[in-house]
Amino acid sequence: MTPEMLSLSNSPGLFVGIMLLKLLVVFSVTMLIVAYATWCERKVIGHMQTRLGPMRTGWHGLLQPIADGLKLFFKEDIIPTEATRVPFLLAPMMILVPALITVAVIPFGPDLKLGGFLIPQQITDLNVGVLYILAFAGLGIYGIVLAGWSSNSKYSLLGGVRASAQMISYELSAGLTIIAVFMLSETLSLREIVALQQQDLWGVCSFVPNWYVFTQPLAFGLFVITGLAEINRTPFDMPEAESELVSGFCTEYSSMKYALFFMAEYANMIVIAAITATLFLGGWSAPFNIAILTMIPGFVWLLLKIFALMFFFMWLRATFPRVRYDQLMRMGWKVLLPLALANVVITGLVVVILQ
Amino acid sequence: MLDSYLPIITLIVIALCFSIGSVIFSRLIGEKKPTAIKLSPYECGMPPVGSARERFSIKFYIIAMLFIVFDIEVVFMYPWAVMFKRLGLFGFVEMGVFILILLVGYAYVWKKGALEWE
Repeated sequence: MTPEMLSLSNSPGLFVGIMLLKLLVVFSVTMLIVAYATWCERKVIGHMQTRLGPMRTGWHGLLQPIADGLKLFFKEDIIPTEATRVPFLLAPMMILVPALITVAVIPFGPDLKLGGFLIPQQITDLNVGVLYILAFAGLGIYGIVLAGWSSNSKYSLLGGVRASAQMISYELSAGLTIIAVFMLSETLSLREIVALQQQDLWGVCSFVPNWYVFTQPLAFGLFVITGLAEINRTPFDMPEAESELVSGFCTEYSSMKYALFFMAEYANMIVIAAITATLFLGGWSAPFNIAILTMIPGFVWLLLKIFALMFFFMWLRATFPRVRYDQLMRMGWKVLLPLALANVVITGLVVVILQ
Repeated sequence: MLDSYLPIITLIVIALCFSIGSVIFSRLIGEKKPTAIKLSPYECGMPPVGSARERFSIKFYIIAMLFIVFDIEVVFMYPWAVMFKRLGLFGFVEMGVFILILLVGYAYVWKKGALEWE
């Protein structure tokens, strides 16, 4: 008997049970990475600036995220009298929820066999996986705009408006950049994109896998840059430029609501790293077709790639100064957009000629 | 259909519960000593001057409008990209014409100075 894919129709009880288990594991792992990314960032940047970073709470400050979380829980929750209350309360959730649910389509391993069923190591395999990611990345902007507007503070408003203009400009280039990948993969399902990247490089070299970073190096670079700009990371952290806008759109927020913004920022970082790893760096597959490497479970490789990319983002933060806003918009519209478009045309040309 | 979207709906519920729960929890155990000064909008320690609901630069509206126009074109390219290898040369020429028309609009926007920030 060949195992069939576990679905709601052939075994509803098992399906729901496995689904809840997967959700629980992915959600807790994401939250754990979010918590320790804050510690890691402070440590990494500290050492890059020849400081030590957090040292007091636990061994080398390992309990720092927990201490920070507890502190924020006990802080006073301030709602300014001039704020518009309902959107003010909703905005942090509108940022965090889209950031947390985009991880649902990231595959983290090959199918598992269990009692005659195939269980995919992915929360859900949407055939429109990438569109789903783009849609929810777009939803996050609403939260930032609402947070900025509803606070009724000048810094917040400026931060929110800047953030929305920046995010939509770069989302355009990001959407255009990854089209080149789908021209090669012929699918929007992330599961199939990872499977395609496990083939031989250009169909000849069996040692190196067919990662799209080799066939689409320009798209990879563009996507990392636009991704950084979309999640408002340095050097594109205009919306919360603390030297001019205090804290941007979250100036008026305090306590746990502020913490939700913070978590969303790191969750977005994980999501961008995971998407980049899945689309360009082979997702959960091992870097070389060697037995020792392919024996290591898929989620280890995926996490390693995510951590490497996140380290790279932190490194950028320690290295680059913030770009000016007009430079940022000029780069988005006049450099990245034409480059992404040119990449699509060149990819199309090469594919047509090779056919 | 439900197979693929049930996990997403459940995840949305979990994420919502988490964020609502943590906000409510911190409201319950957090300190509450509101004063008039504390609840006024932050302005570097000065008493706030005027309202924040002012008009802001029209540039932002133009960017939003351009985004909608261009983003629809980009979304239009997704199904084409997925079908690209099967469409072959025909699809390439077809999209080439489309991108050319898009470029005319892009050049117009550039020339008009809609992408300038000073």
